[in-house]
Amino acid sequence: MAEIIVVTSGKGGVGKTTTSASIACGLARRGKRVVVIDFDIGLRNLDLIMGCERRVVYDFVNVIQGDCSLKQALIKDKRIETLYVLAASQTRDKDALTTEGVQRVLDELANDGFEYIICDSPAGIEKGAHLAMYFADRAVVVVNPEISSVRDSDRILGLLASKTSRAEKGNGGVKEHLLLTRYNPRRVAGGEMLSVDDVKEILGLDVIGVVPESPDVLSASNAGLPVILNDNSDVSHAYEDAVARLLGETVPLRFVAEPKKGLFARIFGS
Amino acid sequence: MGLLSLFRKAPSSANLAKERLRIIVAQERSARGSPDFLPLLRRELLEVIHKYVNVDPSAVQITLGNEDGHEVLELSVFLPEAQRGA
Repeated sequence: MAEIIVVTSGKGGVGKTTTSASIACGLARRGKRVVVIDFDIGLRNLDLIMGCERRVVYDFVNVIQGDCSLKQALIKDKRIETLYVLAASQTRDKDALTTEGVQRVLDELANDGFEYIICDSPAGIEKGAHLAMYFADRAVVVVNPEISSVRDSDRILGLLASKTSRAEKGNGGVKEHLLLTRYNPRRVAGGEMLSVDDVKEILGLDVIGVVPESPDVLSASNAGLPVILNDNSDVSHAYEDAVARLLGETVPLRFVAEPKKGLFARIFGS
Repeated sequence: MGLLSLFRKAPSSANLAKERLRIIVAQERSARGSPDFLPLLRRELLEVIHKYVNVDPSAVQITLGNEDGHEVLELSVFLPEAQRGA
C-alpha cells in the first residue's frame, strides 16, 4: 500500500521542490521505495534539483498520453538505489494532466511496489496544484515565516479539506503537516520574524519540521544535489528530523533557538 | 548599536504580522463555507442603492453569520454625510 504525500504551499518560491527532493531522498535513504513526481507542467524544475535533468527522455504527460510506458519514464536516482523521479513535461498545454490519467499513473506506481509517492505541487491553486493534492493521503504544507506565505497556506488548507478525494469521500480527510523553511532564529528572537509557535497557532497544524535559512540550499541546487544529502549542513539535519517525524518518530525540534552570544559580542556585535 | 540594543526594546514587527494574519485568516475561514452568491448579491444590491443614493462601493457590507443556531444575513449600508435624512 503506497502512501501519497503532496508537498504544497500556495505561494511560489517557499521551498516546495527543495522539500520534495529532500523528503524523497530521506525516505529512500531509509530503504523505502520512493518516487517523486513533478506536477509543475510547463515549468519543470524537480529534475534540476535532483540533478537528473540530462536523463529526462519521457515525462509524466507522455505516460498519461500513452506515448511511453511508466517504466520508460521513471528516472532511477544514481545515488540512492530505491529512489525514482518522474519529470514534468515542458508542454504548454494546461489540460495535459487529467484526473483519470493521474489516478492511473498513481495506481500503477502503487502496484509496482512503491511505498511512498511524493507529489511536488506547483505554486498557485490552478489545475496542477489541484491534481497534485487530489489523491493525497498526507500533505506537507511548506511555509515561510512571512505574512503572505502563511495566508496562502491557509487557503491551501481550505482546499485540502474540501477539494481532495479523501475529503469528498469523507474517509478522514488528508492529514496535514506544517513545515517551516527559511527560518531565522536570530530574527525571530529580535521580533522581526514570525516564530514557529506563531505560525502553528495561526494555522492550527502540527509542525513536522523547521528548516533554518541557509546558503547551503542554494549551493545544493547549484550542484543538483538534494540538500539533505549534504550531511555537514544544518538544513540536512532539519530535513532528516522531518523525515523521521513523517515516519512517526518523536524527535525534538532543532535549529529554532538563537545561538548563544558571548558578552563581548552582545556589547560590540551588531 | 550593540550597547544601545542591550537597553532598548525593539518594536516587534512580528507581532504586527501575527495580529494582521489572525484577523485575515479568521475572516477568510469564515467566508470559506459561505455560498458563492454573496459577492454577486452585494454587487446587485449596490447597483439598486446607487440609483437612489450615491454610496461608496465599500460602504455596503454583507456578512453571513450564525446567531443562536439561526443563519443571519446582515446588510449594512453607510450613507454619505450630506444625504443622511434626505
